[in-house]
Parts: sequence; structure tokens; C-alpha cells
Amino acid sequence: MKLATFKGGVHPDEGKKFTKDKPVQTYLPKGDLVFPVSQGIGAPSKPIVNKGDQVLMGQRIAEAGGFVSANIVSSVSGTVKAIEPRMTMSGMKVMSIVIENDGKYTPIPGLGQYRNYEEMTKQEIIEEVKSAGIVGLGGAGFPTHVKLMPKDPDAIDYIIVNGAECEPYLTSDYRSMLETPEKIVGGLKVMLKLFDNAKGVIAIEENKPTGIANLQELVKNEPRIEVVPLKTKYPQGGERNIIYAVTGRKINSTKLPADAGCIVDNVDTVIAIHMAVSETTPLMRRIFTVSGTGVNAPSNYNVKIGTSYAELIEASGGLKDGTQKVISGGPMMGFALTELDIPVVKTSSALTCMLEDEAAKYEETACIRCGRCVQACPSHLVPVKMMDAAQKHDMERFTALHGMECYECGSCTFACPARRPLTQAFKMMRQAVMAERRKKG
Amino acid sequence: MSLSAIIITAVVVGVVGLLVGFLLVTAAEKFKVEVDEKQIAVRAELPGNNCGSCGYPGCDGLAAAIAKGEAPVNACPVGGAPVAEKIGAVMGVEAETTVRKAAFVHCVGDCESAVDKANYVGIQDCRAAAAVMGGGAKKCMKGCKGFGTCVNVCEFDAIHVINGVAVVDRDKCVACGKCVKVCPNALITLEPADAEYIVACSSQEKGKAVKDACSAGCIGCTLCTKQCEFDAIHMNGNVAEVDQEKCQKCGKCADKCPVKVIGVNEKIRKRQE
Repeated sequence: MKLATFKGGVHPDEGKKFTKDKPVQTYLPKGDLVFPVSQGIGAPSKPIVNKGDQVLMGQRIAEAGGFVSANIVSSVSGTVKAIEPRMTMSGMKVMSIVIENDGKYTPIPGLGQYRNYEEMTKQEIIEEVKSAGIVGLGGAGFPTHVKLMPKDPDAIDYIIVNGAECEPYLTSDYRSMLETPEKIVGGLKVMLKLFDNAKGVIAIEENKPTGIANLQELVKNEPRIEVVPLKTKYPQGGERNIIYAVTGRKINSTKLPADAGCIVDNVDTVIAIHMAVSETTPLMRRIFTVSGTGVNAPSNYNVKIGTSYAELIEASGGLKDGTQKVISGGPMMGFALTELDIPVVKTSSALTCMLEDEAAKYEETACIRCGRCVQACPSHLVPVKMMDAAQKHDMERFTALHGMECYECGSCTFACPARRPLTQAFKMMRQAVMAERRKKG
Repeated sequence: MSLSAIIITAVVVGVVGLLVGFLLVTAAEKFKVEVDEKQIAVRAELPGNNCGSCGYPGCDGLAAAIAKGEAPVNACPVGGAPVAEKIGAVMGVEAETTVRKAAFVHCVGDCESAVDKANYVGIQDCRAAAAVMGGGAKKCMKGCKGFGTCVNVCEFDAIHVINGVAVVDRDKCVACGKCVKVCPNALITLEPADAEYIVACSSQEKGKAVKDACSAGCIGCTLCTKQCEFDAIHMNGNVAEVDQEKCQKCGKCADKCPVKVIGVNEKIRKRQE
């Protein structure tokens, strides 16, 4: 059978062997919980608690600061210890609400109550998703309620559950497919209720056969839902690539998936929608992988948002001696960390600990014009020319080469035999162009 | 070849030459573009390296603007006062007295004083380092990254990275401002070239965080602001700032500074030795 896929991409070592057979453990935090007010795309949220306030588990502690913004909910009960700037995985200090955990996990009234989504109106469902503070848990953190309110809901004909999990080392989505597949289907059904003309597609890379089989079994009596196996290739889970693989439609940076009739949500996001709507549980937890050669006991966790990375590493048996690099996220798109006292936010997905800093091992050499970066680019760009522009810091030329279509997946850098730091240069140029555009207004 | 062929060729070429010459003369008269003589004279006084730091497209562009009166006679930052004076003479206006300026780097966190937090292995360019998480090797996010992006843009060989931090050679600096624009941390400002006291730190962190990251950083103790008799030094957030117009160069602030971060880069270094 021919598998759905896109043109371009690379095949990095999957590295899933460390954690794919490790069941998800619930981790209860020991230290304080930190909730940065900015946990995704959009305006920062506004804190609605003050220092010294008592909060309950499930209580809203910050409100959306605009249309594209999301609420933040406390994942524990306790006292607000401080509202101060704290280091986040972005490497920047962000204003954060720090909560001292009382260890009792006293819930707000009604938390966890079953609710039948069939009896709710579309508006009520969207309100519930909004109030739960759900953002895209795949990494970008786009507020989910905004995605669920496209201009023309009738034009949406595909709801894609992104279960590609193409990023190496990450196994959180895979474990969810094994352990709670009914929640994935439940969340998708809630979304399908919002869009009458839509078909639900659960797209999974074929390196997860058990996950595919599990979900196929669950949806065999669901006429509106289909499980689509995808070719195992990075970055299959990129939003534009998965839309192309499933529907054959192409979008670029000027368009939203909704413009192509699609809504794409990550597996964990769909589970969060299910929990918010059917179980009255706002977004307080996420599935998190701690993996890599540098950690003693790689594991998958069901972790409370706000937990410190340092605690999770300790829970995983600590770092091995000589570990050189710890990455928040996977090795392709993650951020190398300079410290570990950083909280899990909605968009954190994993910690990858590397015994050897493979990126630093090789020295950059001159470009040999082999064109592998061009082959690898999932956005069909010409990285070698973009790099020329970046070296001269020529923003005009960079934009003319459609550099702004790059979403920094890292495939070109991975493919480059000369080890040129292409993605970093594009990151710099994209930031510079965006700053310039903001200045012009 | 017969003689007549040579004669015919000579006549034809001669006549065509005369005709074209006549046409050219008529066209030159008819479509004459008025060139302001002042513009030529102004252009002659400008340095002519087309650096663009005046904001006009090269020296020709600036000369045209000055001749039209759109730009002041002292608009060339490279030429400074002497050029402004000459252009003033051409334009018949008194050049306002300009203070010669130079670039100053508001950071002295060199390899010894600034603490490293990571091993940076990426593009050796400050802007690229600033684009990634953590922003380079130094623990201080606001400090000079030392990759010399400013050095690369300087056309006057006036800025160098010495021991991990950019240092300006004030004698060579012409205040074109190119380094000011490229520094991702906005560490470089143009100050009067004879300034003696600037605060060579830009970290807005609180005192303890600054001390953890760099032994040469301004800890925001405010002692200097209390010393100044001329109201020339003030706190801008957590870092002191000297108002060069008010500064009388008495040096009391620098003497009192517990981290010795007030002065001009080379001087601070000497004092530390």
C-alpha cells in the first residue's frame, strides 16, 4: 500500500526505543509550580490572582489577554508564592505565577464530572475549550478555541488528529494511543460535532503499528472517522506537510489550515479537548517524555504543568556523568537548555538528554553545492541560496527567496554534509525580518 | 583598391560624423539638465567613501540634499566639524558647532569577568547567537557576545574584539553608527568623543543576578548617583547612565563605584589592573 506523505524530508535516527515501551507514570511535583503567563502563540495572559492567595486545583489563575490568547489554570492547590519573572525554555525570563504546592490537590467543585457533549451546543463546547485554556500541545501553542472558530465552519471538511510524532525520541503521543485511545476518539468526536461537513482523520506514522491498530479497532463503527497511516519521515507532523499528505492540499505561511478546509490538532490536544468537554477537567497536565542517552531511566510521564524540568530529570534517575546537552523538546526542533530550573509549560513535550553533543562534534566546511538541502526542504525552498542571503544579512533577498516560508524544521541542517548551520541562520533572518515588519507596522 | 573608394568612404564617414556631431550639440543644448554648482562644490568637500551613515544614498545623494537645503551642512557624521565648516562656507551659512562623536560599548564583560553558562557552537555572529535560546555562551544575556559583528561592519577599522568584548578606538571612530545598528543587544551608543565617564554595563538584572553573571557589571547600587554634584548620573532601571551634556568629568562617580564600571573602556581596564 502506498503511504500518504509529502515531498522532501529526512530520516533521522528515531531514538524511540528508549521510551516507547515505558508506560506513562503520573508524576506528582515536590517543589513549587511555575506558570509563565506566555505559554504559546498570542498575547500573554493576565494574572488574576495575587501573592498570598489560596488557589485550588483547576482554578483559573490567569485570563486570556486578547483574542489569540489562552487562560491558565493551576494544576495543584496551594498558595501563590510570587508573581515574578522566571526563566523559561525560550531562554528568556517571563513573568510567571509561582504556586507553593500544599500537596493536597484540593479540586475546585465539579472537577472531573462526566458531561455528555451530545447535549451541549456548539457554542458551549467552544466556551468550554476556551475556559480550559487549551492550546496546541504539539509545540506551537496556538489557542485551540481560535482554531475551532474559523470564518466559515461549513467549509471545514477535514479534522486531522496529528499523531505523526515525527520528532525523534518523543513517545508521548504513541503512549497515549496505547493507553488512552478512547480519549483521542472522544476528543475527535467532540470536534466533529462542531463541524457538520467534516471528516475525522487520525494520521499516524507507520512506525507505530500498535497505535494504528488500536485506533482502527476503536473507529471501525465510526463512519466519520478514518485512521490514515503515514510514511515515517521527518517532518511528517509539520502542519503543512500533514495536510498535504492527508488531503493533497497545499498551504503556505499566509494561509491558515482552515483556508484549506482543515483543522489540525495534536493527539495530546485532542485528549485535552475530550477532558475539558466530557470530563470537566481544564488543561492541567500533559504527557511528557524524558529520554536520550544521557539520562539513567528514560520514562514517559503524565506531568502537572508547572513542574520543574530538574525534578523530572531527578525522577528519571538523574543525568549520567558526562552528559553534554539537555534539550527541551526533541533533537530536531528542540531548544538546548542552559539551566534546568525551568517549568513544564503547555508546549513542552520532552527532555532529550545527550551524552555526546553531536551537533558540536563536526566542524563546518564549505558548501559543495550537492543540493541535499534542496531535496530535504519540506517547504521546497533553496536553503543554499537563502544561506548566501543570510550571510550578507540581506533581508530583501532572503524574503525574495521565500525565506519566510521556512518553519525551522532543521531538515536542511541535518542533510548538509558540510555541516553548515543553515537553520540557525534562517532563524536569525526570520526574526530580523519579523522585527522589521513590526517596526513598519 | 581604387583611390575613389577611399575618397568615397572618407566623405561618407566625414558627413555622418558632422551630422551626428550637430545632432549631439543640439540635443545637449535642448535637453540640458541644470546642475547646481553648489552641489558639485559640496560633493567635493565630502569624504567620498559612500558609507551611507548620513541616511542618504552615498555622498552624491547627501550633496544634492545639502545643496537644496534639505539637509544641514553638518549632516556628514564622518567628516565632522572640519567638513561641516567647509560646506558651510560653500553654502554661505555658519556651520553649527558640532561635537565630534564616537561609539562607546556599554559592556566590559570580558573573558575574565563574564561567566559562561554554556558551550556555544553555532554561527560566529552576534545576531545569529542572539536568535537562539540562551543567546550565546555568556551568562549575561545583555552583555557583549564578542563575535565581532560590529567589527565586520566597521569600514574604519575602529572597533575590535579584545579579550571577548568589543572595544572602540576613539581616534579612528567617525561615528557613522553602523555598529550601533547591528548590535543585537543595543550595547553601542554614540557619545561625545571626549567623554570620560560612561557606565559600561547594560544589564537590567537585579544586583545579585548581575554579580552571578559578571564581576564587571553595574549592580544598580545607586552610589554614583548620590556622588554627582552636577545631576549628571541617573538610574535607568537597574543600571546607571551618565548624561554627557551635564557631566563635568570630576570622576567622583567612578571613584565611588564598587565594581569600577564607570569610565571609558580602556581606563576601566587599567584601573582594574
